Amino acid sequence: MNDRQLHDEIERYLNGEMSREERLAFDVLRKDNAEVGRQVNEHRQFVGLLKQYNERRELEQRLNAIHQEIDVHALKEELTDRPSWVVQLWRNHHSKISVAASIAIFAMLGTLFFTGYFAGHDSNYTQLRMQLENYKRSTDKLNRSTNALLHDIKAGKRVIEPAKFGGTGFAVSANGYVVTNYHVVNGADSVYVQDAAGESFHARVVYTEPQYDVALLRIDDSTFKSQSALPYTLKRTQSDLGEDVYTIGYPRNDVVYGKGYLSSSTGFHDDTTAYQVSIPVNPGNSGAPLLDNKGNIIGIISGKQSLMEGAAFAVKSEYLLKAIKNMPVDSANKKIVLNSKNTLASLTRAQQIKKVQNYVYQIKVYSH
Amino acid sequence: MSKVLKGSAPTDSEVILGILNNSEVVLERLYVAYFPMVLQLIINNNGSTDDAKDIYQEAIIVLYNKIKSGDFELSSKLKTFIYSVCRRLWLKRLNQMSRFDGDIKDFQDHLPVEDEVEKQTDRDLQFTKMEGALALLGEPCKTIIEDFYMHDRSMQEICERFGYTNADNAKTQKYKCLQRLKKLFFQHNQEERKI
Repeated sequence: MNDRQLHDEIERYLNGEMSREERLAFDVLRKDNAEVGRQVNEHRQFVGLLKQYNERRELEQRLNAIHQEIDVHALKEELTDRPSWVVQLWRNHHSKISVAASIAIFAMLGTLFFTGYFAGHDSNYTQLRMQLENYKRSTDKLNRSTNALLHDIKAGKRVIEPAKFGGTGFAVSANGYVVTNYHVVNGADSVYVQDAAGESFHARVVYTEPQYDVALLRIDDSTFKSQSALPYTLKRTQSDLGEDVYTIGYPRNDVVYGKGYLSSSTGFHDDTTAYQVSIPVNPGNSGAPLLDNKGNIIGIISGKQSLMEGAAFAVKSEYLLKAIKNMPVDSANKKIVLNSKNTLASLTRAQQIKKVQNYVYQIKVYSH
Repeated sequence: MSKVLKGSAPTDSEVILGILNNSEVVLERLYVAYFPMVLQLIINNNGSTDDAKDIYQEAIIVLYNKIKSGDFELSSKLKTFIYSVCRRLWLKRLNQMSRFDGDIKDFQDHLPVEDEVEKQTDRDLQFTKMEGALALLGEPCKTIIEDFYMHDRSMQEICERFGYTNADNAKTQKYKCLQRLKKLFFQHNQEERKI
């Protein structure tokens, strides 16, 4: 039997066109011959699928015909969930709206931050007190074991922690009086001054004039020895616009020189007690001396304008002199003997700096 | 008469009996009764009216086949069943289009109907293949196969229609056509598998 004949037989068998005898014989063949059995099943399934496919097509046509009768558009109008337009807008665009809102908030906070809105005090004025290593300090503290600390205390060792704030100061007399900004030492628990050689001395705040941002310290450390006479003097008169000026201070752990010119005879917001100076200064420069060409101290660096580059401010030396005069004198605070002889005038700038830097201190402030 | 009854939903047992008896009127009443519910589901979940039509018809076919095959037990309301199937189908479609944002707005109670939907999807796949195979078959084979196997026409009729001189020639032609169709269908099957 060839394929064609087998196919015909299978069709006749499946369509029930066989006689009883033929049928019985085919049943036997089907059972005995697995290939025939497989072909019977395959044919039945295939023809069945054709029939079902046809039924499906007819059903789909019927359904489509029914569907034609329905007014879908009217139904749609009726059934669309129409929340208020705000809700709809939110549903359709909530991701976009969220992103836009985040950007807006971020931009606003960023702007406020950079314009110094959060600075609390006057937004454009930056005091140049250095905020030193806050984080390092707290970690160090945690790391240091209690035992080691106790041991140190018993042995009477001085525990030197990094300072919380820093600034600059300079000697106004050979016997240990140092001047700096009031805002540098404000709120201090203890103050140390460190000279150019790296020696630290304990100092005490003996007098302040907050209105001029001036503070006088006295070094009261036993290891401190009086210095030789100061090379500079404090200028008693106003300096002129355009004068070349320079400063040396401690915006970092090493002394830094900065050069500029006197750009205005009044300070921030027309403050007559200060100069405006065009000079590069940074946090830590607060309290640094401002010297002119001849080595006269004409002011104390106190701050800068945050939005304007190169606009620093310095308290005029005449207010420092006033503060020195106003300081009460008693047994503890000896009178400040001001230097009257300037030994810098004939020196080059580099030589001046070499001398002056011995009288300029890094101020280290500790508070809790 | 059908017009008068259009507005009211047929009872569930009416539908089952009607479909078993191939009643056109009952099918129409069923279709008209529940389409708004499905339209509401689809258009309020990112779908169009055409999507609603596709999904709803598929669900009606699921129900139709289930009733015809005799394994339909009236364990839930037909309405709930249809809604559940549509919901499931629509979620699947949304996922395929990557438009599903994990949130579907529901308007009715629903049941788990994953099995029914899977069965339907498998069958649809077979039908799609058959459609493709028939399309590739060409004339006169396509008409011969459709007449004989799908429209139950006799060989005699086919003979006359195509002008074969005797029934044997027609039979031979039909045999050849069927073999070709099978070949196309199963070939198609294999290609599908490779992908």
